[in-house]
Amino acid sequence: MPSQVVVLGGGVGGTIAANLVSKELGASVKVTLIDPAGMHVYQPGFLYVALGQANGRWLAQDERRLLRDEVELMIDRAVRIDPLARTVELARGGRIGYDYLVLATGARLARDEIPGLVEGAHDFYSLEGAIRLREALRTFKGGRVVMGVAGIPYKCPPAPVEFVFMLEEFLRKRGIREKSTITLASPLNRAFTIEATSKLVQPIMEARGIELGTFFNVEAVFPDKKTVTSIEGEEMPYDLLVLVPPHRGAQVIEDSGLGDERGWVPVSRATLQHEKFDTIFAIGDATNLPISKSGSTAHFEAPVVASQIAARIRGTVAKENYGGRVMCFLETGHRQATTIRFDYNHPPVSPQPSLQWHVAKWAFNRLYWQTVPQGRVA
Amino acid sequence: MIAVQPTKSIDARGMACPGPLMALIGAIRQGKVSDVIEVWSSDQGSKTDIPAWVTKARHELVSVVEENGYARFSIRKAR
Repeated sequence: MPSQVVVLGGGVGGTIAANLVSKELGASVKVTLIDPAGMHVYQPGFLYVALGQANGRWLAQDERRLLRDEVELMIDRAVRIDPLARTVELARGGRIGYDYLVLATGARLARDEIPGLVEGAHDFYSLEGAIRLREALRTFKGGRVVMGVAGIPYKCPPAPVEFVFMLEEFLRKRGIREKSTITLASPLNRAFTIEATSKLVQPIMEARGIELGTFFNVEAVFPDKKTVTSIEGEEMPYDLLVLVPPHRGAQVIEDSGLGDERGWVPVSRATLQHEKFDTIFAIGDATNLPISKSGSTAHFEAPVVASQIAARIRGTVAKENYGGRVMCFLETGHRQATTIRFDYNHPPVSPQPSLQWHVAKWAFNRLYWQTVPQGRVA
Repeated sequence: MIAVQPTKSIDARGMACPGPLMALIGAIRQGKVSDVIEVWSSDQGSKTDIPAWVTKARHELVSVVEENGYARFSIRKAR
């Protein structure tokens, strides 16, 4: 009888892991991927949609088309996991058993944790949010734009910096840059979490007249007064407010007691195995690892999880451990971009922004569907 | 020195900067006034970042204790 591997979540990490386990073990494994929507969404595209540079249609594809034929896709929602019985309870009723479980359940947005956020702020962390922001920007006549962060950790750490650079270009092209101010309200005492990257981007922000507010961790939004306050005790007025919403782990993780107090799954940083349950692994945004929550992290972690599970099923030793590898693009506007690359042992490096990296990002956006979900690029 | 019993301890050793500060901000967000949060950090950047944030956010830096290869920061949530 084949081993049963169940993968929860059809994002980048879950899709690659399911395909690689199936490819590596063939008929000796039955892989089932469970996803509530059955659609795979390319989330880095939300930013481009918000700024009118891309249409929402290219951001989603049928998950079935991205999975190997041998992988079964179940369109359902996992509501509870019993790690001792090794079963997953499904929203439509019934349970599925597993020998190994992969939690690729991502992050969920907890917009209601910040008072006034839903009524007063925009975001580009969902397709609906990105479209709403695009409409707001289309009718924007100039004024004070504030980009802030309402909770940490959040997906795609460079996104707020990218947004202010791309917005600056957008407002300039629309002829309303001179009638606007742009402020990046950073939770830290610099523009970006990584110091080396901050040193690179802050002079560019200054040259483009983008203001930097520091140590501003959003506490509440007051839509009537059009102000936003921080837990540090400051208040900032705005005409258009864009916030990264608070993030939490998936509901099923919290309901099953498999995560920390915010629902992030505690895993070994090398094997990505659950700290308490040796038949459970986690990938990407779902983990509690203190590295970027990003598609690239999930992309680099998925082959490790596949290798770990395949080795256990075969009774051999896994070939791969996760070394903390992350690679992100950072758009700096005006057809330029840089990258951020690091791992557990090598601090981040960022080259000077150039056209080459901007083109590379667009090529990646275009080639994503044919390469990444299948595990063709490592 | 009188030892202050922390309400919560966060072992952020091995987290690259600004992981320890981010963990502290998260704990302060979730905590109650007068809670004492202890953060263990092996990152050199924490020695400037954590006191700078505590001052800006008007909380209280109770102590910084150097250990072998890391430092223990105790912060009281003041408001």
